[in-house]
Amino acid sequence: MGDWLVPALLTIITASTPLVFAAVGEVVVEKSGVLNLGIEGMMIVGAISAFAVGVTTGSATLAIFAGAIGGAAVAFIFGFLTLNLLANQVAAGLALTIFGLGFSALLGHGFVGKTFPGLPKLEIPIISEIPFIGPLLFGHDILVYGSVIIVISTTYMLNKTRVGLLIRAVGENHDAAHSIGYSVNKIRMACVLFGGAMAGLGGAYLSLAYTPLWVEGMTSGRGWIALALVVFASWKAWRAFLGAYLFGGITIIQLHAQGFGVEIAPEFLSMLPYLATIVVLVLISRDSSRAKLNAPACLGRSFHEAG
Amino acid sequence: MISKKIILGALLSAVMAVGATVGQAADKRTKVGFVYVGPIGDHGWSYQHNVGRLAVNNAFGDKVKTTYVESVPEGADAARVITKLARSGHKLIFTTSFGYMNPTLKVAKRFPKVKFEHATGFKRSKNLATYSARFYEGRHVAGLIAGKMTKSNVIGYVASFPIPEVIRGINATFLAARSVNPKVKIKIIWVSTWFDPGKEADAAKALIAQGADVIMQHTDSPAPLQQAQKNKVWAVGQASNMAAFGPKAQLTAIIDDWNAYYIQRTKAMLDGTWKSQDVWGGFKSGMVKMAPYNKAIPANVVAMAEKAKEGIFNGTVHPFTGPIKDQKGKIRVPAGKTADDGMLAGMNFYVEGIDATMPK
Repeated sequence: MGDWLVPALLTIITASTPLVFAAVGEVVVEKSGVLNLGIEGMMIVGAISAFAVGVTTGSATLAIFAGAIGGAAVAFIFGFLTLNLLANQVAAGLALTIFGLGFSALLGHGFVGKTFPGLPKLEIPIISEIPFIGPLLFGHDILVYGSVIIVISTTYMLNKTRVGLLIRAVGENHDAAHSIGYSVNKIRMACVLFGGAMAGLGGAYLSLAYTPLWVEGMTSGRGWIALALVVFASWKAWRAFLGAYLFGGITIIQLHAQGFGVEIAPEFLSMLPYLATIVVLVLISRDSSRAKLNAPACLGRSFHEAG
Repeated sequence: MISKKIILGALLSAVMAVGATVGQAADKRTKVGFVYVGPIGDHGWSYQHNVGRLAVNNAFGDKVKTTYVESVPEGADAARVITKLARSGHKLIFTTSFGYMNPTLKVAKRFPKVKFEHATGFKRSKNLATYSARFYEGRHVAGLIAGKMTKSNVIGYVASFPIPEVIRGINATFLAARSVNPKVKIKIIWVSTWFDPGKEADAAKALIAQGADVIMQHTDSPAPLQQAQKNKVWAVGQASNMAAFGPKAQLTAIIDDWNAYYIQRTKAMLDGTWKSQDVWGGFKSGMVKMAPYNKAIPANVVAMAEKAKEGIFNGTVHPFTGPIKDQKGKIRVPAGKTADDGMLAGMNFYVEGIDATMPK
């Protein structure tokens, strides 16, 4: 194995981590029956919030929190519009993306050209030195480990806990959940805020670790990919994790293949991650009854207490 | 359903209104419009065009009002934006990306009284001029420096799309680097985008992992330069001075400077002397500049770079001087000759020695 393999695999981890955060957040949102198309907008606001706080205070911890709060704050607007004012979720989500891109540009005005040293790596002496496994498993920044923890805890939360049961109940049949006394919109709002915070963390990862800088529109469509990954994952957090790594992996492998002179059109190679997503999507949804089983029945439907 | 449609409609029109930041005030200032492919905060291509727009504002004060639309996708959407500018009273419209060529031509036909200028394209008409900069002159200088500075003898190149503009840059870099370092190789990774900081950084990382120790880019964000800094290798900035993102890594940067051109063309439009033309400016016209050289570059290398720059300025040096062969060994520019503009504009081959296959 050449010297390039470990760096290539490390790049896959950095390329996938923002997608993991955003996709897992959206899994929870959609499980509660809310379709938030504004991931891109929440991500980019998270990115600038984290970067601005990071540059101003010099604290990586505060920066990460700011990313999550920034994402959740924009998500709150969406939640208020769709849950309280019963606005159309698709329209509000699209508006959130456009708003987020513009608002982040405004916030980021004074931060263009600034640099951030990046997130500290968590090195473990000796173990980090083990060839191959050491650099792959250790020496990442906290957000990489955080993304794995989030996936595991979200999977557990959704499937094994009372809170998870409530979220699924609200997403599957909000009238039933309401009739037995649960506040549908409060539960949904909590999920929307969680999704916003996760998208914000994904954005924070972009501006703090992936490419520690601020440029307008730096999310470059990753929010939309995260959205596709949720369907790809048929609303399961661990599958969203796999999907993100599949997508990140193919993206990175095609770049390396080019460097080695593999003679395939780069346009085709650039298309590969998307193509793979579609193929897997077709494969896992070919059994339509099972696909339906996974999609939350109330996805995208507003809940009105009176009716 | 109706309410959905209304919301969507309202949303779309809001998008258009925001997107086209077109002032409707009935003032007497002549309106000049700009269409950018990226955000003006990209610190690269679109940023520099916007610097040029601000120079127009400064130069004409109250006589001219400039507007711009940023992040306009190439293709059908561009036609809509350009039409909107033309319809809202703009007298001169600059469209600043290669992919706006056909949309600009189409809109120019429909608005014969409006003047259009398209950057980096080759289709012209009576009211559509083209302009571009000879970035390959800057690539030549950067290639010389890269050839001297590389220790691994591998130059990594983050490329966007296989159009003549980009291929010319790769060839100019490689020819210059080879001329001072016969062992030098070039590795090229196409990212199929002009602007995606993450992907550009990933490509730079892949190049570095595969042994490149000088990173050059033909994409718009400073992310590749930043990766170079992180991995302690060299890089060349693109479009603007990107030293802030990698002060140790940036050898120099190839800077686009549109200020003088935009002022001159706006003036021509105001005077009524505007004519469709094709301008291709380089060091001499000031459209291409080099950022300050990195202090780590040895004095003799700086002297060599400066000499080449001066030579290009005086016309005694041409980055594409024969004999130049393509990869099949066919002579494209005979010995003693230099490539003419027609050949440069349509360049679609790699020169001999580049160990890569041109994407089709």
